[in-house]
Amino acid sequence: MPPEGRGLTEACFRGLGSPARARRAAQEGENKLEGGKVNGRKIAVSVAMLTLLAIVAAACGGNDAGGVTNDALKNLSGDLVADGSSTVGPITSAVAEEFQRAGATGVKISVGISGTGGGFKKFCSDQASDRTDISDASRPIKDEEKALCAKNGVEYLELEVATDGLSVMVNPRNNFVEYLTLAELNKIWAPGSRVNNWSQVRAGFPDKPLKLYGAGTDSGTFDYFTDEINGEEGASRSDYTASEDDNVLVQGIAGDANALGYFGYAYYVQNTSKLKLIGIVPEGGRPPGVKPSESTINDGSYKPLSRPLFIYVSKAAIAKPQVKAFIDYYFENVNELLSSVGYIPLHESDFTASKQAWSSASA
Amino acid sequence: MTAIAEATRRPLATGKRAERSLRSLAFTLLLMLCLLVGLLALLILLIDVVRDGAGRLDGSFVNSLDSRFPDRAGIKPALIGTLWLMLFVAVFSFPLGVGAAVYLEEFAPKNRLTRFIEVNVANLAAVPSVIYGLLGLAVFVRFMHMGRSILAGALTLVLLILPVIIVAGREAVRAVPPSIREGALAVGATQWQAVRDQTLPAAMPGILTGVILGLSRAIGEAAPLITLGALTYVNFVPGPLDRFSAMPILIFNWISRPQAGYHRAAAAGIILLLGVLMLMNAVAVFMRNRYEKRW
Repeated sequence: MPPEGRGLTEACFRGLGSPARARRAAQEGENKLEGGKVNGRKIAVSVAMLTLLAIVAAACGGNDAGGVTNDALKNLSGDLVADGSSTVGPITSAVAEEFQRAGATGVKISVGISGTGGGFKKFCSDQASDRTDISDASRPIKDEEKALCAKNGVEYLELEVATDGLSVMVNPRNNFVEYLTLAELNKIWAPGSRVNNWSQVRAGFPDKPLKLYGAGTDSGTFDYFTDEINGEEGASRSDYTASEDDNVLVQGIAGDANALGYFGYAYYVQNTSKLKLIGIVPEGGRPPGVKPSESTINDGSYKPLSRPLFIYVSKAAIAKPQVKAFIDYYFENVNELLSSVGYIPLHESDFTASKQAWSSASA
Repeated sequence: MTAIAEATRRPLATGKRAERSLRSLAFTLLLMLCLLVGLLALLILLIDVVRDGAGRLDGSFVNSLDSRFPDRAGIKPALIGTLWLMLFVAVFSFPLGVGAAVYLEEFAPKNRLTRFIEVNVANLAAVPSVIYGLLGLAVFVRFMHMGRSILAGALTLVLLILPVIIVAGREAVRAVPPSIREGALAVGATQWQAVRDQTLPAAMPGILTGVILGLSRAIGEAAPLITLGALTYVNFVPGPLDRFSAMPILIFNWISRPQAGYHRAAAAGIILLLGVLMLMNAVAVFMRNRYEKRW
């Protein structure tokens, strides 16, 4: 049994003593009652006792079994704090899960999802104690974020780890759209656009209302889509059904025959029967364009809506052995873990370059 | 004859069959309907959640960490995080809330300042919880250097529910018949003794109701904790000064994941959260009944 397992069991045994104490306390309370006096303090004490009991009861029980373990990982300890994009968060969590299963049970890993921007704010915080070791990002760091890092003396390493393809979708009952060109998408989504009928999108489309579903303004998906389609980050019409929760968009498009929407490829993969993927025709390309798939996103032929996903590692954190081991482990295993969370590996040459950048920086 | 006069002449609650006019029957039905609207909504919600999540709720769900495989994902760190939060919230909010309520009701002079405070306490109860999250971030996390810890989260939730506890506590203290404390004062007790030995114990059931209302609100709050930086994936069982996750946050995160398996896990998490909540309520009802006094 691992040492922390023993500690837990001991705590459980110690915890067994408390029901007796609680009973005694209750009895004392009863005596007080007979005397016609109720003591408020006793109540507070029993509330605290009961809550404590609940915690002890919940904490008692088996520990998670480890799989293949690695001695080098076993000796690691300390904290590892990651935060940032909700798109990249599941990847970092998946690596953390396997890292622990491989033997690094002593490292306390936590992964937050405050969004790419929120992650950078903590990554380069003015309070050193508040800084994260790793920042998950679904877009490259912006200039003002770079300035913040420089001001607070945080140096970092940018590493590409995976690729995502923003997918454009319609309802499966829609039988007239197979592809859209970038110009058509821009016409639909441009700020102030008045397009509200499919017939306005392309001559020959039927006279049916057009219902739009898209990412909420707080998501990196929104930033990326607007940048690629409308030429400016954050520039978009605003009269559409917006949600940060892509499942809401899936539901919306699946239930509306006239819908058009966009979100991350991972959400399409889980809902292929409810949605119809359409091809994107890039500038200078020819219909029917390219549909996102594992291979087209991986080899970069699905453009311009496939995007790299990043982790940023602070140089101060690389000095911590548990962080260094974690990133090593990240590069060894991320490609196998990606499919389980719905993302696509980097193109081989990009991956090798990223791995190279890491090994030269950490050597 | 007006309806009021009618009602006065024939009260609804006598229970005699002969007195049940069509109109009183209709009114009773209307009242029951009001009750049913709430109950039905709750019932539908419960059935839906139980259908989705009951199959996932087992020992390994309660006792495992989160996982990238939805069917293996467990809630342990978030459950422990929530239990810690509730412990600290109860420990801090009870004395603070009761103290404030007793002071305002029994000791405070009735002047402009007290009235100003009273109005503000009532207003604070309606402030959106995100604002408390920002306050907690500024005061506990940054100024007091507690970090993004369970303790900072709990203190933020304490601020959030204090107004509820104070308002309920004042009602409870006010509801104690004046004869009780006057009797104590008459036999020579000081004001403090009268409050400690008579008023407070007599008001305890009402105070506990307020505390439990507050705790019930706190246990389900995600917004202020997200503002504070509570996490979604934690691979360890947190202690009071550790970074942490809490059940509402993990549930919220699972619901927004693409895999349907996480949605089932979220439903199981909701059932567990409801279970913890009901357990807390049961403890409160038990204690309320125990300390209840009748005059």
